Amino acid sequence: MADTTELAGQTPYQRVERSDEFQALRRRFRRFVFPMTAFFLIWYFAYVLLASYAHDFMSTRIGDSAITVGLLFGLGQFVTTFAITMIYVRWANNTLDPAADALRERVEGGAL
Amino acid sequence: MITAPLHLAAATDVGNPAVNISIFAAFVLVTLYIVIRASRNNKTAADFYAGGHSFSGMQNGIAISGDYLSAASFLGIAGAIAVNGYDGFLYSIGFLVAWLVALLLVAELLRNTGRFTMADVLSFRLKQRPVRMAAALATLLVVFFYLLAQMAGAGGLVALLLGVTTAAGKNIVIAVVGAIMIVYVLVGGMKGTTWVQIIKAVLLIIGAAVMTVWVLAKFGYSLSGLLEGAVAAGGPDGVSLLQPGKAYGASGTTKLSFISLALALVLGTAGLPHVLMRFYTVPTGREARKSVVWAIWLIGIFYLFTLVLGYGAGALVGPEAIKAAPGGVNSAAPLLAFALGGEVLLGLIAAVAFATILAVVAGLTITAAASFSHDIYANVIKKGTLNPDGEVKVARWTVVVIGAVAIVGGIYAQNQNIAFLVALAFAVAASANLPTILFSLFWKRFNTSGALWSMYGGLISCIVLIAFSPVVSGSETAMFPNADFDWFPLTNPGLVSIPLGFLLGIVGTLVSKEQPHPEKFAEMEVRSLTGAGAEKATARH
Repeated sequence: MADTTELAGQTPYQRVERSDEFQALRRRFRRFVFPMTAFFLIWYFAYVLLASYAHDFMSTRIGDSAITVGLLFGLGQFVTTFAITMIYVRWANNTLDPAADALRERVEGGAL
Repeated sequence: MITAPLHLAAATDVGNPAVNISIFAAFVLVTLYIVIRASRNNKTAADFYAGGHSFSGMQNGIAISGDYLSAASFLGIAGAIAVNGYDGFLYSIGFLVAWLVALLLVAELLRNTGRFTMADVLSFRLKQRPVRMAAALATLLVVFFYLLAQMAGAGGLVALLLGVTTAAGKNIVIAVVGAIMIVYVLVGGMKGTTWVQIIKAVLLIIGAAVMTVWVLAKFGYSLSGLLEGAVAAGGPDGVSLLQPGKAYGASGTTKLSFISLALALVLGTAGLPHVLMRFYTVPTGREARKSVVWAIWLIGIFYLFTLVLGYGAGALVGPEAIKAAPGGVNSAAPLLAFALGGEVLLGLIAAVAFATILAVVAGLTITAAASFSHDIYANVIKKGTLNPDGEVKVARWTVVVIGAVAIVGGIYAQNQNIAFLVALAFAVAASANLPTILFSLFWKRFNTSGALWSMYGGLISCIVLIAFSPVVSGSETAMFPNADFDWFPLTNPGLVSIPLGFLLGIVGTLVSKEQPHPEKFAEMEVRSLTGAGAEKATARH
């Protein structure tokens, strides 16, 4: 079997890599994680820059309380982190895993 | 509602050393028993380095939080919030958001393609020996910085919690803590280390939860009331505790330093070798995902607790009393425990603080041992001809050596101002490790030359910039306050070295004429996304 694959100039993994199913899986994965990463990094740095350069805005108090806008933004970072975690897990369980499982069975079962 | 700070006569009188020592001794005995039980079938290299890949996602997630919530983040952040207010809170946000990088881009893919160390993944399709060497050097350096910072904190803690004030007494305590750590790692390997981290994380989170509810109860369960209390106790300038900029807002340069730190924190976590190595203790990439989810929840909730604890310490103990105590800002959480629950609660928190140092140092030590033995000794020096038993033997000796380094470093570092070392470890991880990890997982064209440029470039630029920064010379709080060779103005190198690490990875790749290995990349990509062919669990523990 090794001979024939070398003759074809491709390893089994390369054939999986070029399959439509794998290409679709990779596209889906990247289309989810790259924009999500961009989103949380931008939101994080927006927060950091506001804390550094918008001192008065971040120090504004909410009503009569001692809670400031800056504190709410900071807590907002916690909320988005937890939310992104839950969204990713849900997406990965429902979308990523079934497709990955199907491909893995093909690789490990030798049905290439 | 209590608004006046408790004035503590002398902080060394706080608590009862006998209580503190007994609670800590009980922790050591219980964990030692569990470590010995858990490690009865510790035979193979996979057992020693990765706990047989047999922990569940939940167990590993708890262990990750035990590993990550170091003395710096528990004692350090609570203290920073008590003294600097809002700017202390910013730290915890960077430390938490960073986990999304690990969750989305690193954990699963890394677990699916490697076995024991970060270098396993890098050497998958790059030239083994140079890449392993560079990755191992970066690992050892990050671990060394992190280790020194942990051990240096131990000295101040000893003075506060055990009533030991003589130099010799402190040194003995540091040596005992180091020796216990060596025993854990030698006997238990990764399994033992993991169990110590799990137990410690549970105690730490429960302890922090109890104190958080207690503090809130004193202020009528009102966050606003707590903040008012902290402002009232903060003196004439108390209101600045609620505003950003108390620690970093002084000038344009300090603001840039802060942004540099923020960048290092958010990108460093997913490149920390002891964090990466934890992903190999689970059987699959999917369990690695679960680990990170558990870690994010536990770490996030814990940092919310520290917000309350920090302002609570500010309100109930007072920033001046904290700064005057032995151990400085690190004493905020222990002093708050004493103000709330007297010597028993202080004893519990003190024991947890020691357990924290122990667990984190154990995790760092096993990472360094694996990196030296598996990457440098077995694959670079012996070129892969060593059998696994020989490799584990070398790893065990490395544990003893690193334990000794930790003890000696801890003794010498006690009176040094080296708090910047943790931030520096994050900067090195973000500049030298993360670019190479991401490029080798996601960029087909990436090659050995790019990896070496990025790793050595990131590493060297970090060290050079920090050496010529105000934390080493030229300021009152510097390591060498009397010397003056600080031409780099920022206290953290990340803002320069992290983009440089990424850029060098690209440039190094493009200038090299190295032949690409499409078949290797295909295998790596398919395995990373599907989990095919990954190293399986060897045994249940």
